[in-house]
Parts: sequence; C-alpha cells; structure tokens
Amino acid sequence: MPALKTLSFQGLILTLHEYWSHQGCVILQPYDTEVGAGTLHPATVLRALGNKPWNAAYVQPSRRPSDGRYGKNPNRLQHYYQYQVILKPNPADMQDLYLGSLAAIGLDPKLHDIRFVEDDWENPTVGAWGLGWEVWCDGMEVSQYTYMQQVGGLDCTPVAGELTYGLERLAMYVFGVDNVYDLPFNDPASPAPKTYGDVFLENERQQSAYNFEVLDVDMYRRHFEDIEAQVKRVLQARGPQGQALVLPAYDLVLKTSHYFNLMNARGAIAVAERASYIGRIRDLCKACAQAWVDQQEPA
Amino acid sequence: MAQLLLELFSEEIPARMQGNAARELERMARERLTAAGLTPERLVSYAGPRRLTLVVEGLPVAQGDVSEELKGPRVGSPPQAIEGFLKKTGLKPDQLIERDGVYYATLTKTGGPTSEIIARMVDEIVRGFPWPRSMRWGNGTLRWVRPLKRILCVFDRQIVPFDIDGIASGDITEGHRFMGNGQPFRACDFTEYREALAGHFVVLDEADRKATILKHAKAACVARGLELVEDEGLLEEVSGLAEWPVPVLGDMDPAFLSLPPEVIRTSMRTHQKYFALRDPKTGLLAPHFLTVANIEASDGGIEIAAGNARVLSARLDDARFFWDEDIKVGFEPWLGKLSGVTFHAKLGTMAQRIERIVALARQIAPLVGADPDKAAEAASLAKADLASGMVGEFPELQGLMGGYYARAAAMDGEIADALRDQYRPMGPSDTVPTAPLSVAVALADKLDTLVGFFSIDEKPTGSKDPYALRRSALGVIRIVLENALRLPMGRLVSDDLWGFFADRLKVTLRDQGKRHDLVDAVFALGDDDLVRIVERVEALSAFLATENGANLLTGYKRATNILRAEEKKSGWKNAPSYLRDAEPPEETELRRALQERDPYIRAAIQDERFGEAMKRLAELRGSVDAFFEKVLVNSDIPEERENRLNLLAEVRGLMDQMADFSLVAG
Repeated sequence: MPALKTLSFQGLILTLHEYWSHQGCVILQPYDTEVGAGTLHPATVLRALGNKPWNAAYVQPSRRPSDGRYGKNPNRLQHYYQYQVILKPNPADMQDLYLGSLAAIGLDPKLHDIRFVEDDWENPTVGAWGLGWEVWCDGMEVSQYTYMQQVGGLDCTPVAGELTYGLERLAMYVFGVDNVYDLPFNDPASPAPKTYGDVFLENERQQSAYNFEVLDVDMYRRHFEDIEAQVKRVLQARGPQGQALVLPAYDLVLKTSHYFNLMNARGAIAVAERASYIGRIRDLCKACAQAWVDQQEPA
Repeated sequence: MAQLLLELFSEEIPARMQGNAARELERMARERLTAAGLTPERLVSYAGPRRLTLVVEGLPVAQGDVSEELKGPRVGSPPQAIEGFLKKTGLKPDQLIERDGVYYATLTKTGGPTSEIIARMVDEIVRGFPWPRSMRWGNGTLRWVRPLKRILCVFDRQIVPFDIDGIASGDITEGHRFMGNGQPFRACDFTEYREALAGHFVVLDEADRKATILKHAKAACVARGLELVEDEGLLEEVSGLAEWPVPVLGDMDPAFLSLPPEVIRTSMRTHQKYFALRDPKTGLLAPHFLTVANIEASDGGIEIAAGNARVLSARLDDARFFWDEDIKVGFEPWLGKLSGVTFHAKLGTMAQRIERIVALARQIAPLVGADPDKAAEAASLAKADLASGMVGEFPELQGLMGGYYARAAAMDGEIADALRDQYRPMGPSDTVPTAPLSVAVALADKLDTLVGFFSIDEKPTGSKDPYALRRSALGVIRIVLENALRLPMGRLVSDDLWGFFADRLKVTLRDQGKRHDLVDAVFALGDDDLVRIVERVEALSAFLATENGANLLTGYKRATNILRAEEKKSGWKNAPSYLRDAEPPEETELRRALQERDPYIRAAIQDERFGEAMKRLAELRGSVDAFFEKVLVNSDIPEERENRLNLLAEVRGLMDQMADFSLVAG
C-alpha cells in the first residue's frame, strides 16, 4: 500500500485535501452549524444552483442523532465526519478523478474490488435529488457519488457532481481496524498518540443519552416554530446591496432540520407528523434556493 | 447484405435496468428499420454494466425506393381544396388517382443509403430511450441513465458518421475498467468486437456471465465441502454488476450462526449481494459467504475475501444489535408504539387495524378448527414486530421475526407459528399455512386488508394494485382450497369483494386449465363456498369432456331456447308435467327417466357427490335426444304444447341444480 502522509485518521483527511486541492478545488473548513450530512453545507446545497462553475472540498461533521449507540457499536456514531467534494459542472473524467483519490489513499483497484452500485440519492428535506452510485470497495460502501439534478426543487444547470466519503468507515477499511474507536487519530508514533475513542467516545456516550433520554421535545418544538417564522421574515429583509438575506436564512433552515432530527431520534414524531415536518423544512429550503438563484449574476 | 454494430458506452448502468434496456434497444431498432423498409435478417442485443450493444445482420446497403399513398380531398371538392392537395404533393392534376370518389396521390421517394437511416435511427433511440429514470450531466442537455461516453457505430465495417450532443460516433470502445492495458481499441464488426472485449476482460453476454459465475461459484464451494444456496434473482443482479465476474469465497465468524438464518441471508443478500452457503450434510447455513468480484485480483482475491468478511461482520453486528435490543424490548412496548402509527389515513391506526384482525380471527377460528381465544391472542400480537428494530431494518422479515421473538419470549409454540406464517403465501411458489391457528390469523390479516381497502374504494384497477390486493385475495383462495376449508365467504365479505374473489378464482382456475365459462356457470348459482365451487367446476369439466355430457348440453341449450322464447311471449304458465293419453313414447320415457333420477341427483348434489350427480344427469342424454327427435314441442293442441314445455322446464330445472348451463359455451 502506498504510504499515506501518516497512518492516521487525520492523515487520511490531509491526503484527500492535498489530492483535491491539486485538482483545483477550494478547500473549505467545516460549516459551523449542525447538519445531518455534508451536502447541507451551503457550499453544496446553494452552490449547486446557478450557472457559475464551483469546485470545492471540505470535511463536514455530520449529526445523525438516531444513529447514536452510546459508544457501544463499533460502526455507528451519532457524530461522524464526511468528506465532501463538489465539482460543477462535473468534468467528463470525474469517475477517473474519483478513482485517483482512492489510489491516493492507498486503495489499489487491481487488488481491491471497486464497484459502482446503483444508488439514487434523494434528500426530501431540501427538495434535492440526483442519480449515481454507492461506491463499494470489497463490499464496503466507501463513497456516495451523485450527479445532482435538482436542489430545492430547482434544476441544477449545469449539473454538479458530488462525492461524499464516509471518513471513519473509509479509514477503518484502509487501516484494517474493526472498531472505529480504535482508529489512530494522529500519528501513532507521536509523543501523545490518540485514538478516535480518546477524542470522541465520551462525546458519543453523552450525546446518545441526551438525544434518546434527556432532550426536551417541547423546547425543540417551540424552537422549530419560532425559527420557521424567522426564515420567512429574514427572506423578506434586504441587505446593503438590496439582496435577499439567503445565507442567514439558510442557517436558520439548517437549525430546523437538526431539531427535527433530534425530535425524531427521541421517538417524538409520529409517522403522519413526520411527512408534515419534512414538508415544512422543504418549503423553507425551496424559498432559500429560489432567492439564491434570483441573486446570481449570469456567468 | 451488411452488418450493423452499435454500442452505447456509458458510466455504470444500474443492474436492474440492463435486461429491459437490451430489449428496448432491440425493439426500437427493429421498429425503425422496418418502418424504413430495411427488414433485417436478425437483431441481437446485449447489456452489461457499462454498455448496451446491438448487432443487426443482413441489412441492405441502400434503401429501396419507397412509395407512399396520400389521401386527398373528395372528387368534386372545391377547387381550392384540390389545388392545395396538388401543391402539397407537387403533382399535376392528371397524376392523381381517383378511387371510391376520393383523390389519392402516390409519392415515390428515392431510397437513401442505409447509413443515413442508421444515423437518424441512433439519434432517435438515444434521445427517446425509455429509461425508468434518466439524468443530465456536465453542461449538456442530453439525457441518459448515467453519462454517455462513447458511441461505436459501424455499418459494413465503416463508421456511420453522426454527432449526438457532442458525442461523435466512431469505431472505438473500451474494455474493463481496471483489468488489461486500459487502452481503447477499434472494432469494425461484431466478431472483432466480441473477441477484443474478451481480450480486454469484458464478457459481453449476460448469459455467459451468469454461467461463469455459477460454474466458478460451485467449484469454489465443492473445494471447501460447501453447497451454494442458489438464488436466481441475486444471480441476475450480480451478473449486471461485473464485466468480468470472479466469485470469491469468504469466511464469516461462526458466532453469528446463533442469529436466525433468515436474518443472515437477508443481510447478505440485500446489503451485500452475497450468496449464502450451506453445509451439504446438515442443510444448515455454513459460516461462509460468496461474493462476485469484478476483477481477478493480483493477490488471488485474498484482500477481497478479507475485506468483504469484515464488512459482513459489521453488518451482522448491527443485526445482532437489533436482535438483542428487540428481545429486551418485547411485544408490549411495540404495540404501544404502533397505536400512534397510521396504517392508512382512511383506515385508522395500526392499533385499530389490530383490533379488527383480532375480531376477525376470533370469528374465523371455529370455522377452521382453531381455538377462538388463542386466535385472538395471536392476532393481537401479530403486528407487533413491525415496530421492532430488525423489521425496521429488513421489512421483508416481518412476521418471521414476530415468530422468533415470540419463541424467545417463551410464548406458546402455535402462537409463534401463527405470527411467523401470517403473511403466507408470499407468492406463487410459497406454501400456505396449514396449522389451524396459523390459518385463522393468516386469513384474518388478508381479509382485513381486503375488506378495508374495498370499503374506502381503493380497488385495484388495470395494472395498478398498490396495496397488493390481488395477492391477498389469491392468498385467501389458496389457503381455503389447499386446506379444504368450508367457509361461508358471503358472511365475511361484501358482494363487491366477493365479485373480486370470483375474478381471482377464475384466474386461478384458468391457470390450471379450467374453462372460464364453467366457472361462471357455477358462480351463477350464488354459492359462497370456494371448495364447493371448485368441486362443481371440476365435475362439470369432467362431464362436458364426455360425449354424453356434450350432447346433453346441446339438448339443454335447445330446451332453454324454446323456453326462453315462450317466457317472452308469457302465455305459458310453468306447472308439473303429467302423463297424457296418447302421447308419444319418447315423451313418456323422458318424464319417467327424469322422475326416476330426480331424487338421486338432488341428493347427490346435496351431499356434494358432484361426480355422481353428473353421471346420473348424463344418463338422461338418450331420452332427451329421442324426445327432440320424435316429439314436436309446438303442438297444435294447447294443453299438449304446454305439457311438453313443462317437461322441458323440468329438465332445465334439474340441470340448473348443478350449474347454470346456459352460461356454458358450446
């Protein structure tokens, strides 16, 4: 296996950063609001719309409260990292570029079985869908690969190609580790070597307990209502150049999405209610998407 | 005559769409070529992970002249209309043909080179291809299932030149993504193409990929003393996921074998597309799996087997997590959860559905030999597993998990079996439950579904059957018939729904080769006992297959026609026929034969000895034939005429005890 920068979780991230930086991507830092998936970062959801070219890569912590397992499951986490790449318009050789990134982190396609398996991607809360694949390496889903067709109910023209790597899973695979908490976070040969568990185990325990047992559903219901009203108000307001305040409005939408996920994890959302909540978030997101497209200048 | 080779090379096509895409490609090409007057000798299409291929043999190099007739205005139409038609067709008045008072124009188009027609055809096929879902990519507007990369199109060894949305046709394609030298190569006909693909590690034909997989998979199993659990659906799928399929056998931690085998198989199949293996000596699942890779790995597949084994372990760890958690939680909390879950907006919550099923199961139990209280208890627990973690993850394990969890909770074995079997039969190849308790719950489940959706007018129409009501009705029919259950269905379902059952039963019987009209003839009696209906249909079939039966039917039809005509005139009053002086012996004999057999036939029908009833009826044939031959029904003497009509009415009346013969064809 070709050597990574270091045989560590952060080494993997650095290698991907270097690779995609070399492909001309803007390397962003994580967005500072809770999101359920890297796609929801405005660098993807909003930038996938409009006709300006945009190539970016970033790590995004993703929160999936329902996946919490109190730190007891070796594979599932309620807080984990996604590596996200967006290339708009998608280059004709995007599959090759992607395979190049796997080679960069040491996955040799002549030794490992790499497959593109149908997986149509859809995120109803942001009114987005695309076609693509789960990419499998020896039966392990290492990435999601999508040609985004619509976001917020609007057509993506040109089409953006989106790559999402599940970093923990990928790292476990590359390093041959069976338990996520055993992953070396930094260089194992460093003076203070830390595992993923050293950094995040306690967080998983506490957040799982909070999500499943402690969180106050009524509070989140109220917050949801309040914020929903705010989004509408904010989108009416205008900024210094007369523009709609899409970016702060979208930050608020992300909050509603996270609160919904929290309430859902707590089992507080009945099936019938679920569809209604998702519909409300989607409406907010569509309003932001439309406002964003309206303020794009022609390329 | 020349050959056309077309290949549409794209990024990975979903496995489940490949077979249909090949068929559509062939259909679209055939239609277009035929329409252009280029009837090919042979069309063959292939589909694989990255390509659709079409080979057309025996095409002429140029299209013959095509003449086409256009219909114009009627003779004597206003001059403007005729002038307009001449202008449109570019003909002179004397070139028009007059037929049946209408002008026709015959236009002859000189045929073009076939390659031009092919270029147009490919453009139409690509732009109008019926993918279930298609997409755009990059800056383009073209739609395909995934980005289309190349079009190889050679006719008579020459490139057919065209360009579709920036993709220029050529004679170049690519082989396997990772194996071989990775260089594109040229192919000018199908033989070259197929060989070059094989040399670049691509098996073109799906049938060959399947055969290779099976052959190598079985060999790998034999070498380890194992047996492949064959799975046609899975084979189909994996053969669409690899251009160069290589089965790899891997190991599973035997500790996972403590999970139910269905859980292991479902996890392997749905998540990982692995075949399960069993120990041929015991027939039990073995702690191994078989995956189909897309490469011959440089290390012989060691890394691939190890990697897949780790993925499977993670999956089964998750399954075990669900199993352990589910056993801790148990039925009561699940039922509590379900009370808040809507089954259908118009049919209430799951809790309400459970109540209905409980009531039905209690009602059905005594009819099928089950204990009503136990049936109600089983029905009350039947849907609980829908709230379990495992069924949330693998919906297809519903029922089955309920059975396992009931056993784990040390519930009554019969109740556990009833939970396990409530959805059976799941398809035509599945068996029906036979234990009385299981039968009661399985029937209650299906009848509630049917009664519910019929009551809110959500009936299947045409190909639309979103709630799989046809399958439910068929399930009920099979459970009833295969267990020979005597159920008064009329008490359980509405007339409307009974009509639906009748249709399903007709389809079932027709599939078994029974005549449609015989089913109608028996249904017309208004019986609501499925077993009795089928027995009647069978006796009737046997009867009509005999010469006597077929002839008696003719006699019946004749009698009925006469009676119908009389009934319309309404002069005649039905009354018992009687022996008249000086009536012909054939008339007396028919009455005697009828009166002699009447009580036996009615008793036989009453006792459901339908074969015997039919046999006795058949004995009437001679008397009926003789009657029609020698006796004139339409006598001048009104009393005589009326008496003969009454005799015929008696024949009809007796035969109608068995079936409504007027509905029988022939």
